Amino acid sequence: MPSQSIINPLRLMPFAARVPKVTSELNWKDKLGAVKARLAINRHAYMVNAGLYAIGNPNKSSDVFVTSNYKLTFDILRKNLADFNAWMLVLDTKGVNVWCAAGKGTFGTDELVKRINKTFLTDIVSHRKLILPQLGAVGVAAHKVKEQTGFSVSYGPVRAEDIRAYVARGYKVTPTMRKVAFPLLERLKLVPVEIVLSYKYFFAGLLILMGLSGIHPDGYSIVSIAEKWVSVTLNTLVTFLAGTFFSPLLLPYIPFRSFSAKGLVVGLCSAVILLMFNALGGNFVENIAWVFLFGAISSFFAMNFTGASTYTSLSGVLKEMKIAIPIQITLAIVGLVLFTVAQLIN
Amino acid sequence: MRKFVYLKNVVTLQLDKDKCNGCGMCIKVCPHAVFEISNKKVEILQKDACMECGACALNCASEALTVKTGVGCAAGIIEGMLKGTEPTCSCSSAGCC
Repeated sequence: MPSQSIINPLRLMPFAARVPKVTSELNWKDKLGAVKARLAINRHAYMVNAGLYAIGNPNKSSDVFVTSNYKLTFDILRKNLADFNAWMLVLDTKGVNVWCAAGKGTFGTDELVKRINKTFLTDIVSHRKLILPQLGAVGVAAHKVKEQTGFSVSYGPVRAEDIRAYVARGYKVTPTMRKVAFPLLERLKLVPVEIVLSYKYFFAGLLILMGLSGIHPDGYSIVSIAEKWVSVTLNTLVTFLAGTFFSPLLLPYIPFRSFSAKGLVVGLCSAVILLMFNALGGNFVENIAWVFLFGAISSFFAMNFTGASTYTSLSGVLKEMKIAIPIQITLAIVGLVLFTVAQLIN
Repeated sequence: MRKFVYLKNVVTLQLDKDKCNGCGMCIKVCPHAVFEISNKKVEILQKDACMECGACALNCASEALTVKTGVGCAAGIIEGMLKGTEPTCSCSSAGCC
C-alpha cells in the first residue's frame, strides 16, 4: 500500500514520533558488552544503528548531541544524558569511536550532512545548532556543515562526563574540558586490547625460543625443551608484559620521550632485576642473551602503544621508528645468536 | 598529573598569520592547547604538544593552518609499509585504540 500512494503515509506522522527512545540507564547487557569490547571480543560488531534517538521527552527546541555508532560510545553518551530531554544524532562510523572515526573521516562532514538530511532533523527541531564532541573536529569542518545544512556546530567537551557541567555553564567549555589527558586509568583500560591484539607475536616469539632451546651439544633434543620450557615461557611473558603492561602503566615516569626507548628501559630493568635474583634460568651466556631479548621485545611492544596513546604524532612516530626498528632488530638477532650459542656450550 | 610531551621539533603544523582572522576556532578544537590568541591573531604556543590530528586545519575557514595529518601509531605504520599504503590505524576493522 505505501509504495503506491503519492504521499508516503509515514510522512503524515510527526517525524519526532518516529524517533526511537532510549533510556540513560545501562543494564547488565550493556555493561557486559563494554567489558567485552575492552577485551577486544567481537569489538568491531559492537554498534547501534545510525540515526536519530530521543532521550527523555525532547521537543523542537531540545539540544541535539551528535555521536558515533560504536555502542560503547553511544552508551557513555546516553548515560551522561540522564534527566536530559535531548536528541542524539548517531552517525554511521562503522562501529568506531568518535576520535578514531573522525581520523578516518567516517565521523566527518559528509556523513553528518547526510545524516541530518536522512533524519529530517530540520523538521524535528526548530533551532539550528548541533553539539559535537570536540574530538569530532578531526573529521568535521564546522563551517562546511553550516554552509551545507544551515546547522551551526558547537564543539562541546572532549569527555561525555563533562556535558552536564558544559550545559550548566551556558554551553561553555573550560580549558580542562578541552584537553585530552592520558591518566593512569585510561592507560590501563587500553592494556587488555593491546595484549589481545599482540598475543600472536608473543606466541611466535615463544615458539622460536622453544625451538632454539632444543639445541644441544650432541644434536637436537626434545628433553632439553622439556627442561627449559618453564623458564623460557616465564621470561618471554615477563618481557611481553614489560612492553604491553608495565611501560604503559609507568609511561610518564620512565625517562625518554620516545616509546621504544621507554620500552627498552623497562625491558632492560626487568632483565637486570631477574638477573639479580638469578631468575633468568640459564647459564651465563644465556642470561646475557635474555638481556638483549628483553630489550628488543619490550621496546617493540612499548612502541606499539603509540597508537593507543593520546598525544603522539605521525611525524614523531615515523622518526622514532626509523631509529628504533634497526636497534630492535639488532638486539633481537644478537639475543637469538647468543641464546643458540648458550645451548651449544651447555 | 605528569604532562605528556612527545618528540621535539618533528611536528608539521604551520600557521600563515596573514590568513588568520583570529576567530579562535583552532583553540576550540585543539585537544592539546597548542594555540593561544594574542593581538587578534592566533599563535602557536607549544608546537611540540601537537599530535597532528588535523582538527585545527580542517576547521579553519580561512585556511591559515596546514599540517600533515595521520595516525601516530607504530602498528598502523608497519601495516601501511607491509601493504604499501599510507599509515592506517590497523584497528580500523577492529574498533580502535
